[in-house]
Amino acid sequence: MSVAVRGLTRRFGPTAALRDIALETRPGEFVALLGPSGSGKTTLLRILAGLDFADSGTVEIEGQDMSAVPARARRLGFVFQNYALFRHMSVFENVAFGLRVRPRAARPGEAEIGRRVRALLERMQIGALERRMPEQISGGQRQRVALARALAIEPRLLLLDEPFGALDAEVRKGLRRWLRDLHTEMGLTSLFVTHDQEEALELADRVAVMEAGRLVQIDTPERLVEAPATAFVAGFLGHAARLPGRLAEGALHFGGVPLPPLPRAALRAAPAQDGPVLAFIRAHEWAVAPAPEGEANATLRSQRPAGGHAHVELDLAGHVIEAEAPLGLLRVGQPCRLVPQTARAFAA
Amino acid sequence: MTPSTTEPRGLRWLLILLAALLLGVFLLLPLAAVFTEALRRGWPPMWQALSDPDALAAIRLTLLVAAIAVPVNTLGGLAGAWCIARYRFPGRALLLALIELPFSVSPVVSGLVWVLLFGAHGWFGPWLEARGLQIIFAVPGLVLATLFVTFPFVARTLVPLMQEQGREAEEAAATLGASGWQSFRRVTLPGIRWALLSGVLLCNARAMGEFGAVSVVSGHIRGETNTMPLHVEILYNEYQFVGAFAVAALLALLALVTLGAKALVERGTARGAAA
Amino acid sequence: MTPRRRDPLPGFGLSLGVTLLWLLGLVLIPLLALLLRPLELGPAGFWHSVTEPRVLAALRLSFLGALAAAAATVPPGLLVAWVLVRYRFPGRRLLDGMVDLPFALPTAVAGLALTALYAPNGWLGAPLAALGLKVAYTPLGVVLAMAFVGLPFIVRTVEPVLRDLPREAEEAAATLGASRAQTLWRVVLPALAPALLAGFAMAAARAIGEYGSVIFIAGNMPMVSEIAPLLIVVRLEQFDYAGAAAVGVAMLALSFLLLLALNLVQRLWRRA
Repeated sequence: MSVAVRGLTRRFGPTAALRDIALETRPGEFVALLGPSGSGKTTLLRILAGLDFADSGTVEIEGQDMSAVPARARRLGFVFQNYALFRHMSVFENVAFGLRVRPRAARPGEAEIGRRVRALLERMQIGALERRMPEQISGGQRQRVALARALAIEPRLLLLDEPFGALDAEVRKGLRRWLRDLHTEMGLTSLFVTHDQEEALELADRVAVMEAGRLVQIDTPERLVEAPATAFVAGFLGHAARLPGRLAEGALHFGGVPLPPLPRAALRAAPAQDGPVLAFIRAHEWAVAPAPEGEANATLRSQRPAGGHAHVELDLAGHVIEAEAPLGLLRVGQPCRLVPQTARAFAA
Repeated sequence: MTPSTTEPRGLRWLLILLAALLLGVFLLLPLAAVFTEALRRGWPPMWQALSDPDALAAIRLTLLVAAIAVPVNTLGGLAGAWCIARYRFPGRALLLALIELPFSVSPVVSGLVWVLLFGAHGWFGPWLEARGLQIIFAVPGLVLATLFVTFPFVARTLVPLMQEQGREAEEAAATLGASGWQSFRRVTLPGIRWALLSGVLLCNARAMGEFGAVSVVSGHIRGETNTMPLHVEILYNEYQFVGAFAVAALLALLALVTLGAKALVERGTARGAAA
Repeated sequence: MTPRRRDPLPGFGLSLGVTLLWLLGLVLIPLLALLLRPLELGPAGFWHSVTEPRVLAALRLSFLGALAAAAATVPPGLLVAWVLVRYRFPGRRLLDGMVDLPFALPTAVAGLALTALYAPNGWLGAPLAALGLKVAYTPLGVVLAMAFVGLPFIVRTVEPVLRDLPREAEEAAATLGASRAQTLWRVVLPALAPALLAGFAMAAARAIGEYGSVIFIAGNMPMVSEIAPLLIVVRLEQFDYAGAAAVGVAMLALSFLLLLALNLVQRLWRRA
């Protein structure tokens, strides 16, 4: 099951929700659409499902152009953010809906419908709920019903809009892993929308990062973290300090902050041209040590243990910097010396 | 100790009593007067008044007019509510305001407009007369006047509910392969059935009870163009009080049944929402 | 190709078409006939037609009577809404159902019933007459009938607002040292004011055009207790279509002026 999107643009009045989107997925892939709210990810998902239409560009599914295919003929599973369960139908009837509305010739018999629905409910671990109404079950259970309903039509592609958005943190963690397993076991191709980077990085084979209607980078989680393509991706993924600087004479100079320059060779990414840049430095990319008054450039604001080390927050000339330090090395209020080991620089 | 956000017990009961007394005297007593007057001489004269051929004709005519007007306005109201609540388009608010317009028009004017169109001196009056078609002072006029006054009921009860429900359920049905008709029949209609029923009940009560609008277009021909409310007026003006109040009592009963049914429907809605 | 015009939910064209046809045929064209008919009188003729003393008296009674009736129903309407929303007591559901009675009761039945009740020999009319108060066949009777049909509007517009009013606001006022009366006056009543005004507007708009419940009790004495809708009927009986339409247009104009004025008040209120 493959999807190919080319040159997709969608405008709502004067604002462009999607600009020239290109995206290809491979069969069996689990792809996340990640971005802040308003970046266009839900619009893209809705266009794939046929619930919205692009102003220009094409959507192909399994090589077939979708522009003339209405939503009901696309056979895609769509899980809505708030599930959109049919309130007046039992769990069983919700899941059976897609089978019951098939044309008579393709419609399975009553016994077959029952068998398939029950099998799906079992698989979703909600077999006992089939007679309940949507209002009578929990949020996590509704999520599973919505998923079962979408899967009942044996979709070519599963689309999920913020699948965990309406759930509390505990339920969310458990469902995440379960969904990943389900995807693998059932051999699905899935696309899901999220604004939670942790969720995207943990679940997806590849993550497409969206910013203001553009798809800025699509890559594996590892590549995204290691080699962000733009300042936006670097800032959005991983908790990095963001400092203004300048590339000149073979090194990165931090203008307003009391940090030593970093030679180009130490940088993980940098534009070829010299000039003003934005530098991103992650917590583990700092070296911190206590220092006497004259050599110190930062003060420790707070610390808390995290695993085998301490997670510390320092005040660096007004910037709050997060870093890692050995446990018990530092005291709150202590002057320290903070030195970046590496950085990623993007032209500003 | 009285909680700070309510009134002392004594005052509370005083207010409840006052409200009950008020509604009792102001609303219930008139109703009681109708039944009392109808039964002033006992049951037989009342039955006689109701089984009078003219009264029976009036009852039949009222049922006929409602049987035409209510379905038409139900279908129109469904269509109107569907496009207003499910799509965004310029002029949506204006459309809703226009649909509600008949509520702010006097019943007499609601009848008058049809006379201006189809009456003997109306726009199309001479044309119709030349072809021997009669609308005013005939059943079609009664139906049209009733259609006008009951126009907004169904759309008005449906629009707020459907706007609140949003269109996600229908979108979900579309992704699951349902056609427009399947989606309407299996998803939309069951979701609004109680509100629809409530709107139809109100529409029907008004259709059967309308007086001003039909009085203008009726011509008051006994046995032919007299609906029940008009029959009440004729009997009253002829000082046949028992007869007038007997028919009035029947109409009042219809109102009570409507209110009861509406209460049941609303309980159904509440249960549907809680289920 | 204009793919943007498409919508995943089918039926927009059909439903809009049906709606427009329904609206045009049953409401807009008839109202157009009403608006155009008085044109044949000419401006002077129209003015003369609606300023005839008998017409003016009738319009005044319908308009001022409606305002008086709507104003008179505000306090009892507020009381009933308050009791129904805030208190739990046996028979509450019954009381609640009774409020809708004027909505459901055919207007002619209401008119007949009120007349029987308030006539000089009626259950309430006799004791009131003994006190020297004549209700039926006077303008007071007209206002009473208008109040009867208007009461549910006040109750039903205030009720939902009162129900959604957060108790916390009242509790906060109490913790800030306000007495119960102060809380009601300064916190609850201002919050209800827009709903009260809206209810007042709906009750008044309904009462201006009210016919069935009024004509039986009014007595219909020209210049005294004759309402504007009755004049339309009178003129129609004389085949004076244009004159009847002129009164209809005048009534419509009065209702819209009223609604417009109240809308304006509400808007100023919100800005203040």
